[in-house]
Amino acid sequence: MLNKDGVAAPEQIVSLFPDRQALIKPKAILECFEEIPCNPCSTSCPVNAIEIGDNINDKPQLHVDVCTGCGICIFSCPGLAIMVAQLRDDKAVFRVPYELLPLPVKGVLWHGVDRNGDIICDALIENISFTKRQDRTAILTVVVDAAYLHQFSTVRVKEHE
Amino acid sequence: MIKKECIIVGGGPAGLCAASMALAAGCEVLLVERSAKLGGQLIKQTHKFFGSKNQYAKWRGFDIAEKLISEIIDHPKLTVLLNTTVVGLYKDQVITVLCGQDYTRYQGDALLVATGASEKFLAFENNDLPGVYGAGAIQTLMNIYGVLPGKNVVMVGSGNIGLIVSYQLIQAGAFVSTIVEAAPIIGGYKVHASKLVRLGTKILTSTTIKKAIGKDHIESVEIISLDENFKEIADSSRIIACDALCVSVGLSPMHHLLSMIGAQTKYIPELGGFVPLIDNRFQTSLPAIFAVGDCVGIEEASAAMMEGFLGGLYLSEFLDKKHPDHNQLIEKYEKELFLLRDGPFGKKTKDGLRKMEDAKQHVE
Amino acid sequence: MRIKNHPILTFTQEAEIAFTFEGKSVKGIKGDTIASALSALGIMTLGHSIKRNRPRGFYCAIGNCASCSMVVNGVPNVRTCITLLEENMDVWRQMDKGVYK
Repeated sequence: MLNKDGVAAPEQIVSLFPDRQALIKPKAILECFEEIPCNPCSTSCPVNAIEIGDNINDKPQLHVDVCTGCGICIFSCPGLAIMVAQLRDDKAVFRVPYELLPLPVKGVLWHGVDRNGDIICDALIENISFTKRQDRTAILTVVVDAAYLHQFSTVRVKEHE
Repeated sequence: MIKKECIIVGGGPAGLCAASMALAAGCEVLLVERSAKLGGQLIKQTHKFFGSKNQYAKWRGFDIAEKLISEIIDHPKLTVLLNTTVVGLYKDQVITVLCGQDYTRYQGDALLVATGASEKFLAFENNDLPGVYGAGAIQTLMNIYGVLPGKNVVMVGSGNIGLIVSYQLIQAGAFVSTIVEAAPIIGGYKVHASKLVRLGTKILTSTTIKKAIGKDHIESVEIISLDENFKEIADSSRIIACDALCVSVGLSPMHHLLSMIGAQTKYIPELGGFVPLIDNRFQTSLPAIFAVGDCVGIEEASAAMMEGFLGGLYLSEFLDKKHPDHNQLIEKYEKELFLLRDGPFGKKTKDGLRKMEDAKQHVE
Repeated sequence: MRIKNHPILTFTQEAEIAFTFEGKSVKGIKGDTIASALSALGIMTLGHSIKRNRPRGFYCAIGNCASCSMVVNGVPNVRTCITLLEENMDVWRQMDKGVYK
């Protein structure tokens, strides 16, 4: 339970994902379940797809049809609570924030990790973006099996096997 | 004795913002800071800040410090004393400061206290064992001096500081195996908690530390589960190996200078402990003495900055040097402060401020 | 242990500062406090408590708690967490209240 162990319930997570049809295009997944005084996701969105309103404590609402999946919100969220997800055939493609070392290199296979911190699958690092604008938050493009769409959360380096 | 128009005690986020407003209003400012650098706790904060644009949201804490400092540091009317501790506050706004072995006295037409907070401690067996650190110390060691205090750390406390320092430890290359929290729910923002859990940290609520174990330094800790009345549950203790333990169990306001001079204070748990009673212009019960930031109630640095701006404006008004945009700025920062406190995480502060109102009426 | 690589912060290579701890030659770096240099060397015990002789280590890092009090160049009760390291400092664990000469 989120309040007790920091892990959101599966149904909470599923509720964030738009339907499979919408996910043909990349869409932001806002894992922000709590009213906290914070609004950079909304103010940084170039197409006004994330709505918070005047009370910055309100939870962000995504307008799925407006979201272009550009990913600016990923590095704008101080809580690192936003990823962008997309379905590509039998693969799920994610863009996730990453602020640890080492950074992966393009093309390597890392572990895919779920929201409990457990390793669940292989994760192919398809791309790494590390622009000045991202202010030291790297964004990794990660490809995993589509079966892990709702479980995948981040990647972990594979120790020497 | 050296005379100054206004004296600001503390160069953290609140003090820096107060100084910037007072300078903008045309006041001469003496800013006294006990450490070697301005910026207070901001300089150790490597994470992006919450809040909105007016609190520099999505800026990293140390970058906010640099911005606030750079905006005022070359101002001709600003004097900064570093490595200088205010050790006495007396009537007529006189302070005694200690720098090295030298004591000096200053007098201000008005004085603003922005001393921040100090860390609370926790009683448990062997809590004096080397390897038991305060959260602020771990941040200082890691993020200022580049020294990692341990490789396998246990954290006590799941407030925002405990969660953030855990994340910083992981970024610096340590493993944080466990965070224990005596309360039944996580204290800080859940986004911070979730970020840690997916990196492999376990958060154990309704659990506390029983003792630190080790001969000359910490080697493990004994933790124990608590029931809903915070009583230990028999036979629920277990041992976790670690080489450092971080204690992050909250902050208490540094009211001491104000207590010393006899400003009215009250114990308000929601604000973190004893706090000076202030009016709606951040003035204490003593004329010409103002107080802002964590020393009047524990909140996030974003709120301390807003209070600092407001305190600087009211201080200037008191000195008959009203900022040209006084009214608009007051309205702006009061609104920001209101918004920051308008969610569930602001409830405690609002309850505390209400208690302060009641206390003031009682005093009058 | 020194942090060499950090995803957010940059620690520049600083010049070494030689000093002695308990009579042995050791090294810190420019910008260190005495206590941060000792911490980087893995030295956790900075002194002992007066009555019960319990080991004392780094605790607050801001000069508040007195847990890091040491004898530096013959002067006791130096708050080593806020005292900058200097070349050839002579640093000893403090085992008593300290004697001012």
